Amino acid sequence: MCTIRLENVTKMFGELAVIPGIDLQINDGEFVVFVGPSGCGKSTLLRLIAGLEDISGGAILLNGEDVSSLPPAKRGLSMVFQSYALYPHMTVHGNIAFPLKMAGMDKAEIDKKVMAAAKVLNLTEYLKRKPRNLSGGQRQRVAIGRAIVREPSAFLFDEPLSNLDAALRVNMRLEITELHQQLGTTMVYVTHDQVEAMTMADKIVVLNRGNVEQVGSPMDLYRDPANLFVAGFIGSPRMNFVDGGNAARLGATTIGIRPEHIGLDREKGLWRGVIGVSEHLGSDTFLHVHVEDVGTITARTGGEWTLRHGETVFLTPDPDKVHRFDESGRSMARAITPDLGALPRHVNGAPASGAPLQ
Amino acid sequence: MARTVSTRRRLAFTALAWTIALALFFPILWTFLTSFKSEGAAIANPPSFLFFDWTLENYHEVQERSNYFHHMWNSVVISFGSTFLGLLIAVPAAWAMAFSPTKNTKNILMWMLSTKMLPPVGVLVPIYLLFRDWALLDTLAGLVLVLTMVNLPIIVWMLYTYFKEIPGDILEAARMDGASLGQEILYVLTPMAVPGIASTCLLNVILAWNEAFWTLNLTAAKAAPLTAFIASYSSPEGLFWAKLSAASTMAIAPILILGWFSQRQLVRGLTFGAVK
Repeated sequence: MCTIRLENVTKMFGELAVIPGIDLQINDGEFVVFVGPSGCGKSTLLRLIAGLEDISGGAILLNGEDVSSLPPAKRGLSMVFQSYALYPHMTVHGNIAFPLKMAGMDKAEIDKKVMAAAKVLNLTEYLKRKPRNLSGGQRQRVAIGRAIVREPSAFLFDEPLSNLDAALRVNMRLEITELHQQLGTTMVYVTHDQVEAMTMADKIVVLNRGNVEQVGSPMDLYRDPANLFVAGFIGSPRMNFVDGGNAARLGATTIGIRPEHIGLDREKGLWRGVIGVSEHLGSDTFLHVHVEDVGTITARTGGEWTLRHGETVFLTPDPDKVHRFDESGRSMARAITPDLGALPRHVNGAPASGAPLQ
Repeated sequence: MARTVSTRRRLAFTALAWTIALALFFPILWTFLTSFKSEGAAIANPPSFLFFDWTLENYHEVQERSNYFHHMWNSVVISFGSTFLGLLIAVPAAWAMAFSPTKNTKNILMWMLSTKMLPPVGVLVPIYLLFRDWALLDTLAGLVLVLTMVNLPIIVWMLYTYFKEIPGDILEAARMDGASLGQEILYVLTPMAVPGIASTCLLNVILAWNEAFWTLNLTAAKAAPLTAFIASYSSPEGLFWAKLSAASTMAIAPILILGWFSQRQLVRGLTFGAVK
């Protein structure tokens, strides 16, 4: 059982404030993902919680107890590193047993626990191998084995999947999620991959330049991003942003529309555009459409589309799903459905009026 | 892509390489051959290369005149002792510099190296006086101490270079796994740095074995190692080339054999980290 609480935690590297001050509450058993672009301070924040870096100010509380000045070993947390950080001179057994050996556990007990962990992670037949004779996925499992064997109060993951290939990444993502369901232990997971964040997290913390931009469940962040940064970061392909006259007519500085919330039509629609690039994924097609006065808009559509480069297409955003942002980039209330009728409309190339077309 | 080399070019380069290698090796070979000659044959002109009366007489006489094994034992104690003591100091020092560097780490490293630029004779008098006052003259302990100090910069530099190659993540993992600083160095860092530590040891043993300035100046008889043993054969009474050669051969034999067996380790250590 473990709750983690950060109270005005700051981290300075010399004069540079990498983390200017963060307050955060992580509840017992939660799977929390820190997500953000590289250099946003997410790994630093994790290392502060681990105790591998000293905080410059504030306090870190585990179960209500201030651990800010405790060394990593005394915090009772386990960490899985991006590079796996296995001990190359030890066998798989030696690697998993290491934390127990450091804890002074007797040999029989260690063997029992190592075998149990190896069984959970399908590593039983590799126990005598050295890490260099394992594949990337197996190494990652050993790293996880080393973390779970000492039954920590919380797990910390520092971009554990970024060294794996795409297919393996999806598998390991599932395995880690299953592990969380099985153990029910608090997990803090750092990634720059918003897909990992969306699929794994109970709660996502979006970080930017050392600041928390928004905290919430994946769907909260997707539906109600607090600002332009979160709106642009969560969701793939990225949300389309439109400013200028089109946004002003809806009373906003910028409006945002997700690619999956744009209706496509060959005949009529709100915006007329010319297809630049179309990306066919089989299940989906992403169209990058150049719209005059608006810019390039990405639209996502299910199934296969036979439209090609240079052809004309009409785009109509779903009026309920248009996000509005003020001049400081903050999200504006969506209580009122924006009246898309206020925008100039095209039918077969000519401006038209009337109800939005689906 | 492999470069293609014509057979003629290859032959020419092979011949050149062998010539240079033999030219470098020749003095050692000549010493070795001379050690089996009589004193007369040793200074004969023209010298004979292989066709002379081979004799072991020189080795007999050398062993009789000065106790070879006494000196060899001193050499072993001094070279291995100073290496061991050096490692005890250098491993933690290199750890600190590699994994917990401060603003001045580079400066300290440069300063340590700069001590090797000073000619040792510049500090001979103060060290000699200190040794005299502390009763360390002509003692093995004194020599171990001074050779440790002399070679410490090289040991620290080499270990620092090897330690820098070890990913910090692995040490942090050990810290997360509950290892204390001592356990981290003992169970994780040292085993991973074994190739580096081994070649550092080897190089240092060789350096200490061959060190002649301090060993000659701070010893008389009791603690004199093989360097002093050789030197005793180049006396003002006249050179005895054959005996000097026999003494030299006996002095370099142990370290040559050690080097021969560990050359692979040594080369690996010296090029460690050069190629990923």
